Amino acid sequence: MESVSFFVREALRTLRRNAMPSFAAMVAVLVTMLVLGVFIPIVQAANGAANSVRGRVLVDVYLTTGATPADVQGVRTKLDGVSGVGKVEFVSKAKAYATESKRDPEAYALLGSNPLPDTFRVTPKNPDDLTKLKDSLLQVKAGDPRIDSIRDRRDDTSKILQATKFVKITVGVLAALLIAASVLLVANTIRLSLFSRRREVEVMKLVGATDPFIRWPFVVEGLIVGTVGSLGAVAILGFAKVALLDPLANDFALIAAPRTLSFPLLVLILLGAGAAVSALGSVASLRRYLRV
Amino acid sequence: MGANFVRAMHEQISKSQRRGLRRRAEDVDDSGREAVPESAAPAPRMPASKPVVEFRGVHMSYPGGTTALDGATFAVERGEFVFLVGQTGSGKSTIMRLLTKEIDATSGTVRVAGRDLAGIDRKKVPYYRRNVGVVFQDFKLLPNRTVYDNVAYALLVTGHSRKEIRRRVPDILRLTGLATKLHSYPDQLSGGEQQRVSIARAFVNHPPLLLADEPTGNLDPETSIGIMQLLYRINRTGSTVLVATHDHAMVDRMRRRVIELESGRIVRDEATGLYTRDENTREFAARMRGDFPAGPEL
Repeated sequence: MESVSFFVREALRTLRRNAMPSFAAMVAVLVTMLVLGVFIPIVQAANGAANSVRGRVLVDVYLTTGATPADVQGVRTKLDGVSGVGKVEFVSKAKAYATESKRDPEAYALLGSNPLPDTFRVTPKNPDDLTKLKDSLLQVKAGDPRIDSIRDRRDDTSKILQATKFVKITVGVLAALLIAASVLLVANTIRLSLFSRRREVEVMKLVGATDPFIRWPFVVEGLIVGTVGSLGAVAILGFAKVALLDPLANDFALIAAPRTLSFPLLVLILLGAGAAVSALGSVASLRRYLRV
Repeated sequence: MGANFVRAMHEQISKSQRRGLRRRAEDVDDSGREAVPESAAPAPRMPASKPVVEFRGVHMSYPGGTTALDGATFAVERGEFVFLVGQTGSGKSTIMRLLTKEIDATSGTVRVAGRDLAGIDRKKVPYYRRNVGVVFQDFKLLPNRTVYDNVAYALLVTGHSRKEIRRRVPDILRLTGLATKLHSYPDQLSGGEQQRVSIARAFVNHPPLLLADEPTGNLDPETSIGIMQLLYRINRTGSTVLVATHDHAMVDRMRRRVIELESGRIVRDEATGLYTRDENTREFAARMRGDFPAGPEL
């Protein structure tokens, strides 16, 4: 216990002595954690969107307009026999008309009659096998006059998937750079405090302090820098959430997007990351510059 | 393993040493001189079983090819006060650094209390060092800590409890004549006082072996005598003291064993020839100052 208080006191003493570099490292950690804190939810929201799109990956099989219920039954049996088919959902003319006309009542009111064909929505067992499924369905179509056309919605989905991928890569690179910068700044701070405490280190070695005893104050110092930095980021994020995000969430569905992690969990992650970053920086410096 | 060795080393000496130390500490007033003349109590010099320090054919070359020690062989018995003399570069400091295991001998064996230093695991070195007090020419005090804290620091970083520190530090500061300077910072002290602090720090653990590398190198002759007197007092509590110096006048007056080095070789080892009888520290100081030049020799 006394050792712990000694480590903390020594660490604080050095922090006071090296106020500027410590502050710089603290701010670096703060910015990094701020960026992580903003982008983790964004990436998650994007991922959620991508996943829901991916879930909607399917092939539409349109029947000819004059298809009878017997035709429908026949085509369904055929479709069920195709390999790679996960789920086949039948959307009748009437049902399609009902949903579509609800979306745009005026246009459908003008049409008067129902122009929509009967449709099967075929979901592949594995979303990635969409092309294969489409090919086999096209083969089915070739020998079946009851099927009018086959279409997938790949264009939409691939765009969304691409966008999320882009967001993820950008954020990943940004986060990696910022984390590297923070680690280096913390390492630099520790290096400076090693320099300013070289007399203490010398005396400690002289009188027989153990290596861990010599090292711990520096690690504690790094941890303080990291923790204070992340706490600052958390405070800013918390403020932003309460002051900006929560009032807006009622108006914009995207902000209230489901499947982003809860704020307390985010705080924990940020604090953990801050501590990890600073510990990494301290250890890097100690390894390099402290020969005990 | 290392810890056991350390404990054994301590036990061999500590009892009588502590007793002597406490008694002596009480005799000393703040000026650093004895208030009451001592009886001529013999220093606790135990029967020599193992030498405290033993060098056998020690060679030491630094990277780059400089040979610092060339076949040094000598032994120092428990309770001895030994001078290492020689010019700069003759190998005195190398011997000191070998004894603190800051460096390892290229060949030959260095033993302390019978233990081969080469066999001490790197992790155990700190525990070994707790049994060797070291004093330097440049004091190596922490400038932003008070005298008390400087000495307490040595105990703090070796894991002593606060209670223990509160008990021990005033004791050692009284012994070294610093009781009134407790709250001064090093830069408020004279050179001699700073060296006393550094000796207090080196001795606060009551190490069986005390090394002093040019302890008076920065000090004027009168102050040097005070420092030597203090080292002698520590020696009389039972600790073995090894002093490296090039102050020939001092060495000649002290009449203790002298080991002279010249470019890494031992060229003179006058063991007991010039030994005086046991004298108390005041007689010692008087002789050092040359008050009665003949010296109370027997």
